Amino acid sequence: MDMKRSYYEDLRLFSTLPLSLWLAACAIGALAAPFLFGNYLLYVFGYIAINVIVAIGLNILVGFTGQISLGHAGFFAIGAYATVLLANAGLPILLALPAAALIAAAFGFLLGLPALRLEGPYLAVVTLGFGLAVENIFAKAAIFGGATGPAVPAFDVAFFPGFSREQNLYALIVVIAFAALLAVRNLMRTRTGRAFVAIRDSDVAAACAGVDLTWYKTLAFAVSAFFTGIAGGLFAFHLGQVDPTSFNLMLSILFLAMVVIGGVGSILGPVLGAVVISLLNLKLKGLKMADFSEIPLFGPDIAAFLGRYFMETGMANIQFIVYGAILVLIMLFEPLGLYGLWIRAKRYWRTWPL
Amino acid sequence: MDSLGALPQVLFSGLAAGSVYALIALAMVIIYRTTEVLNFAQGDMAMMTTYVGLAFMVAGGMPFLGAALAALAFAAVLGACAEFMLLRRAKEPSVLGLIIITLGLEMIVFGFASWKWGGEPRDMTIPLAPTDVTVVGGVIMSHLELAAIAVAALVIAALFLFLNRSKAGLAMRATQQNRPVARLMGIRVRRVEMGVWALAAVIGGSAGLLVGPAATVEPYMMWDPMMKGFAAAVLGGMTSLAGAALGGAIIGIVENLFGYYVSTAFKSVVPFAVILLMLAIKPSGLLARHYVKKV
Repeated sequence: MDMKRSYYEDLRLFSTLPLSLWLAACAIGALAAPFLFGNYLLYVFGYIAINVIVAIGLNILVGFTGQISLGHAGFFAIGAYATVLLANAGLPILLALPAAALIAAAFGFLLGLPALRLEGPYLAVVTLGFGLAVENIFAKAAIFGGATGPAVPAFDVAFFPGFSREQNLYALIVVIAFAALLAVRNLMRTRTGRAFVAIRDSDVAAACAGVDLTWYKTLAFAVSAFFTGIAGGLFAFHLGQVDPTSFNLMLSILFLAMVVIGGVGSILGPVLGAVVISLLNLKLKGLKMADFSEIPLFGPDIAAFLGRYFMETGMANIQFIVYGAILVLIMLFEPLGLYGLWIRAKRYWRTWPL
Repeated sequence: MDSLGALPQVLFSGLAAGSVYALIALAMVIIYRTTEVLNFAQGDMAMMTTYVGLAFMVAGGMPFLGAALAALAFAAVLGACAEFMLLRRAKEPSVLGLIIITLGLEMIVFGFASWKWGGEPRDMTIPLAPTDVTVVGGVIMSHLELAAIAVAALVIAALFLFLNRSKAGLAMRATQQNRPVARLMGIRVRRVEMGVWALAAVIGGSAGLLVGPAATVEPYMMWDPMMKGFAAAVLGGMTSLAGAALGGAIIGIVENLFGYYVSTAFKSVVPFAVILLMLAIKPSGLLARHYVKKV
């Protein structure tokens, strides 16, 4: 949100030198990870990178085009199922992934069509219904493997001869994540990206300026679904199974939470949001009642109190309370998310001590 | 029974299911038309209300009716608190922002209830046994279904009376039509909005208390009815109370017809298809004035 002084500043891929250096450092670090860390940490990094792909894809729709989607778990599921089914049908995995993403994009295009006539709450309801319908169809239809899901083939792509299966998968996920990031940054500098932003700011004004609303709104859905679909395909291999019940409403809200927490409408915000939510997700899933006794000062008392009134078996659901509280607090106090905090901190120090 | 002979039975069961959807839809509509907030937490607030009712019955040893009334009182407090603590605090709220706040509320309520009471389904015993039936002209009406229809009809009638005959109802309608002018006329619009949320939570909670005994009480119990309640509200036009009630009945009946004649497994896809069809043909809904966006 810094002031642009010339048109060329707006055209640059990365706005400042420190930013490009940081991104380069991140890229080198991510690519060096297979040599440095064990399989569990690679699993964690891979999980984060998959969520990053979803978050930047969803951000195209929510942050840049200003449309709401509560059904991205549906696209995620379509990507996962299509990849697995195509790979099972004999297609090489590297072809099955983009093909599945294109299928997801086609569904995104279809879902985008009613979005032309709808806005705000109506769109939220339609996308919510889409997500629930997709989950329901995958869980119930026999051709999709029913309640257990289809068998996921082994990930057999070997980029580097010395790499294990996990290292190869991680390398693919990270490369796609960085490619997606660059693609979105570039997309937003093009005519298409600016049409998206124009629609977000005022669709009537955009239409008056000659932006074809039909084409660009459906395109935003399709592009967003493409990213989410490819992430879904990667997720199927990453987890090694496809569980239809995991693509539920909560997952859709979680994706939205990544974008909102990071900061809608910025490029790096959703990346940050995806990292935060993924880490929280992994951390909170294994929470035990006994962990509360480690809180300093009143720990044992808190644990005893909670043990009396709450269920140990329901502990995993604490994550939903945490995400919900974060969503509400972000919306009440910092609608631009972590990115907004960063901007404010930067402004404060720029003029310090004034 | 041949397939056509089963029709009255299917229609009746559909109406009974639809009355629950109508209650959820009504709750959403009264919030939406007064505050323009789409309350995604409606279903899970109802789930929480049902759990509280169950707790009054199990831990408090109260009979079902007493526990239900106590739970509805709790629902009113929950709704009022949600409005007072969350919605009212939003700075310059956008549509996305308000939706995200109610989604956050939904996650908090869902997480809290499933942490407090665990994920396993529980039974809610009521004075009506599932085997209590009345047979009218070959249609088997279980008393539970009859109770659902009766409660829905009662709530709708009471709501119409309240909105059209009472001073508080008048204040709600005035706030809905023109908030600044209502405020100038001395109506405490914020208090009215809080009241609307409390009222909606009570109506939604009564739907939860109907779903609980019919199935089991579990954290996911209201997701499906909430989706159908949404569908009913959209069908009725989002701002019309009669439309919401009619939409609920239609969704319930269409869903049951689909379940009986086509496929039971894909019943849940019906509301989505109905919404899409409705929005494609007449986006303003069945009973609402034409929806035109202000520029």
